[in-house]
Amino acid sequence: MQNMLTVVANTLKGGAKINGSRVVVSARSFADLTPQASFDIKRCDLHRLDEGPSVQTVLTREDGLRYYRTMQTVRRMELKADQLYKQKIIRGFCHLYDGQEACAVGIEAGINPTDHLITAYRVHGYTYTRGVSVKEILAELTGRKGGIAKGKGGSMHMYAKNFYGGNGIVGAQVPLGAGVALACQYQAKNEVCVTLYGDGAANQGQIFEAFNMAALWKLPCIFICENNKYGMGTSVERASASTDYYKRGDYIPGLRVDGMDVLSVREATRFAADYCRYGKGPILMELQTYRYHGHSMSDPGVSYRTRDEIQEVRGKSDPITMLKDRMISNNMASLEEIKDIDAEIRKEIEEAAQFATSDPEPPLEDLCNHIFFNDTPFEVRGTSPWVKLKSIS
Amino acid sequence: MAATRLFLRASPVKSSLTGLTGGVRGSLGLTLLKLSPDCTAQPTAPRRHAAHFTFHPDPVPTQYGPTQKMNLFQSVTSALDNTLAGDPTAVIFGEDVAFGGVFRCTVGLRDKYGKDRVFNTPLCEQGIVGFGIGAAAAGATAIAEIQFADYIYPAFDQIVNEAAKYRYRSGNMFDCGRLTIRSPWGCVGHGSIYHSQSPEAFFAHCPGIKIVVPRGPVQAKGLLLSCIADQNPCIFFEPKILYRAAVEQVPTEAYHVPLSQAEVLQEGSDLTLVAWGTQVHVMREVAAMAQEKLGVSCELIDLQTILPWDTETVCKSVVKTGRLLISHEAPVTGGFAAEISSTVQEECFLNLEAPISRVCGYDTPFPHIFEPFYIPDKWKCFEAVKRMINY
Repeated sequence: MQNMLTVVANTLKGGAKINGSRVVVSARSFADLTPQASFDIKRCDLHRLDEGPSVQTVLTREDGLRYYRTMQTVRRMELKADQLYKQKIIRGFCHLYDGQEACAVGIEAGINPTDHLITAYRVHGYTYTRGVSVKEILAELTGRKGGIAKGKGGSMHMYAKNFYGGNGIVGAQVPLGAGVALACQYQAKNEVCVTLYGDGAANQGQIFEAFNMAALWKLPCIFICENNKYGMGTSVERASASTDYYKRGDYIPGLRVDGMDVLSVREATRFAADYCRYGKGPILMELQTYRYHGHSMSDPGVSYRTRDEIQEVRGKSDPITMLKDRMISNNMASLEEIKDIDAEIRKEIEEAAQFATSDPEPPLEDLCNHIFFNDTPFEVRGTSPWVKLKSIS
Repeated sequence: MAATRLFLRASPVKSSLTGLTGGVRGSLGLTLLKLSPDCTAQPTAPRRHAAHFTFHPDPVPTQYGPTQKMNLFQSVTSALDNTLAGDPTAVIFGEDVAFGGVFRCTVGLRDKYGKDRVFNTPLCEQGIVGFGIGAAAAGATAIAEIQFADYIYPAFDQIVNEAAKYRYRSGNMFDCGRLTIRSPWGCVGHGSIYHSQSPEAFFAHCPGIKIVVPRGPVQAKGLLLSCIADQNPCIFFEPKILYRAAVEQVPTEAYHVPLSQAEVLQEGSDLTLVAWGTQVHVMREVAAMAQEKLGVSCELIDLQTILPWDTETVCKSVVKTGRLLISHEAPVTGGFAAEISSTVQEECFLNLEAPISRVCGYDTPFPHIFEPFYIPDKWKCFEAVKRMINY
């Protein structure tokens, strides 16, 4: 009877076209699956910290599957974006996140939805983990009305609640993040701000201005450097006098974390968030990660690194494969259900792409809207004499 | 007529997916931004935007020796090549320039001249310009690249407060005249907010620097070499949509096209058209349309140097024609057209037959999918011509 119920429940839960025999198989294995397991994770390098995050963590089956689903969705979404770009349906500048999924997913798992997050232009993954649907992300990329920024922003400009985007200028978002953290401190709701930047941006002057202010005023800010080894086409060794990015806050304590392991990222983020919530001031994290695509769509990504290097990372430390293997080898998930999840994701992405290519573009009036805040519409200067456009916000 | 045309243009954009607008130059922008043959799209893919202009090559220059077919980025490379070969103090630096730069302007130079003369910097625009000022002040010919004109703002302070005022504030004891800042500029077809801006007017408010925008490969090489040789800090904006689209016969040896000298590209008697960069090619078509459809003879001037600009050539022309139309991609309010308009109004008030017209970008941020509406295309300019003639 128990088994019967599980079968029914799973059929309902799955929703996809699953044939009867497979459901029985997976249901049988579900019953035997381990609900949770403990894993060893890599010890973080520490800077000005006596103690780092724990080297062991417990992963529940439910969380594991959720992380898997999220990372895989981001991966598939990026590959779809790549395809749409090559078909010239997505235009403009487009920076893909595949390879770095463990960072976005691990960070989101380590903070609360009420916490704040701001990042640079490689933004699709964070937009998804902050709660925006694939449909709205792809529609933004194709410049359609249903996009998350009404189709007006495009790849680098996506925003959601407690998610401040989506910033195109290298390093410019970091002082903003410190400002958001100042607001968190002032409002005393025990929230933190996660401020992300890349290894390339780490050399911008304004980052250090932000560090100073954050440390001076003990702001609850987690500065995170996603070190994917290359700032555009220049490797970190060629661009940075010190590649110990976790130490570059000097007086700000730091951690170096394995950014390819979602569990390491989650643990480190929890640790950092706790640190900030205790009122100890800012903390810096370096996530060592890797991007599979080039810097942007105009960069094939193989002129400054070898194809072998990319293949090696894919083979040995792909964040999605690593999590999947962990779960399967510990009997926390069955291959069948992973396959089912993959099939569901594929369907979701296809549907989203369908929407993103069929939704209408925003109306022409939208060209002038949202320039200023204004109560009554104002006429925008320069628009042609036969189409007077007004701006409304 | 022009109104209908605009709305006709609107419809393909809206139904962009159902395969549309041909135009030989439909994928200009994309081609230009593409560095790799790997990412070339399928030939069947729909073309979303036709380019808003047709490039008109200059006649082959004969006075500077043998020429070679080059596009705009190759002519820039050629100018840099000549400089590095002839001036042992010359250095080139910027983000990714050692590999040739994102627009391929420095391809091969590191291998030819060594990595101590052509080198990458970290991503820090303020640092790049500041570093350039120091190098130039100490006697090097410093050529800095800012990867996009849109990224120049972090360096705004260094350019405006340090570079432009160095000579003045030191009573001529120090200067950074050997500094040249190159930067890709202007619309590109799909560049959106941060890859399309034309910031020349911001810098035009700043005495002490020179600002130059070329219209094609021949001019680009001559003007860039003049900027490098000039004893003042110069900003050289390269229209990025022309990097691959513009092809001309360019002299292989070094030559100079004088700064602060506008060029009259076509003589006319009824109306003066002033533009720079990509917009010159739009204006050429406008002049042809005006002649053909209205029998109006236009005089076309490429301003070339934005600061200090050639008031004489422009005013002389307006005295003759009595009408002036200025066009640029940057937003209309506070754009450089305003400065030209004001000066011409003072100098040529009694000669004017119609109010001076400006056809420019809208007062909005540079829009993503609305780019075809935003840019001052030939139809908007032509409409302005009609209004001025009928005034």
